[in-house]
Amino acid sequence: MRRLLLFLLRHRAFLLFLFLEIICGWLIVQNNSYQSATFFNSSNSIAANILSVSNDVTSYFSLRTENKDLAQEIARLQAKLDEKPKEVILVDSTTNIAEIDTLEESRYEFQTAEVINNSTRRFNNYLTIDKGSVDGVLPNMGVVGGGGVVGKIKYTSNHYSVVTSLLHADFYISSKVKDKINLCSTKWDHLDPSYASLLFVPKHINLQVGDTVVTSGFNSIYPEDVPIGVVSTVQIPEEATFFNAKIKLVNDFSRLSYVHIVQNLMRNEKDSLESLIQPENE
Amino acid sequence: MNNRNVILVIGAFVVHLLLQVLVFKDIVMFNVAFCFIYVGFLLLLPFEMNNMALVVIGFIAGITVDIFYDSLGIHASATVFMMFIRGQWVKLITPRGGYEVGAAPTIKAMGFQWFSGYVLPLLFLHQFVLFFVEASGFGLFFFTISKVLSSTIFTFIVLVLGQYLFYTKKASA
Repeated sequence: MRRLLLFLLRHRAFLLFLFLEIICGWLIVQNNSYQSATFFNSSNSIAANILSVSNDVTSYFSLRTENKDLAQEIARLQAKLDEKPKEVILVDSTTNIAEIDTLEESRYEFQTAEVINNSTRRFNNYLTIDKGSVDGVLPNMGVVGGGGVVGKIKYTSNHYSVVTSLLHADFYISSKVKDKINLCSTKWDHLDPSYASLLFVPKHINLQVGDTVVTSGFNSIYPEDVPIGVVSTVQIPEEATFFNAKIKLVNDFSRLSYVHIVQNLMRNEKDSLESLIQPENE
Repeated sequence: MNNRNVILVIGAFVVHLLLQVLVFKDIVMFNVAFCFIYVGFLLLLPFEMNNMALVVIGFIAGITVDIFYDSLGIHASATVFMMFIRGQWVKLITPRGGYEVGAAPTIKAMGFQWFSGYVLPLLFLHQFVLFFVEASGFGLFFFTISKVLSSTIFTFIVLVLGQYLFYTKKASA
């Protein structure tokens, strides 16, 4: 016993080192696992306040580009607004009452948030935004902005949230190529923050450079048809089932300053309905 | 270590961390070279601190940076590893006659050659652990190793410049 104690005493530095490394390993695993609420991330109040002050100063330097982006956004929305009446009119010409499916219209709610912390150059990138659980933000809500998909909420504190960026190793988006295929996935491949890979497009599809990739709307996080990117290179490898395609992302992630949090009002209903068939699948 | 030194160390800790998370976090050269200035704080801690304290300070600094980087545990594992090796490494490269009492591993006190021999391997180890843990494997080996090497060089240059700019007068403090 005494020898054991002496042994422990002699190697106490090494044992402490080992102990701390094990803690680190445990923290890394915890952090990667699905939705664990911890205090140690940039949404905690001290860290977020420091970042917020820093952002207050630096945001002035990008006002010009921000204004330009907002003007473009307004133009896009204006165009969408102009399209709307045409869809509505011709439903029932006998009664002259337009029947609009209002259910579909109000399925998603958007909330604007400011980006106070951002990264694009690491293997797993995150953003911090200035809306939190007090504003009704919950983990796993989608985040869009800058004309395309941004990511989804990972942690929330009272007034801030951490967003898993699209530029993250574990992030797959259910997507589709416009007018061509309904189900494929987009995933970032770590190298360049402006390109991602398009996965699971079968070979019989006529995939071409310039095709638009948008969200599929199947996973109840994002609405349908939110832009993701444009196909930039296409390769057909021998003896492979799927295309080897890269897409250029619509968003310049390093320039994001405002994003919108998507809340799917019917999500619970959809998820609980779908969970009924899970046991049969297994 | 007297009280004045403890306050100096805490001050240096806060300054280095704020610099790291507010300024150097957003500076990336050529898409691969990162600067981890907070490691400089850890490497410049005085010789007389014992290994346990070094490892614990490394852990605290790593966790603090992790909070701002949203990479919980990754920086901490790298700094703990580096600080443990630092204890052994300092013993190994002791100059003839040993270290002076109260000396810190600065260029002013130890000379440029000794300093680079001391800092470069430790920086490399830190960044090696950091990037490969972050990449969680050796999948993108050449991309990751290029990140490791270029970040080591970049951080080293910034540390040396910082030494010449700020540490010259109070090298023995």
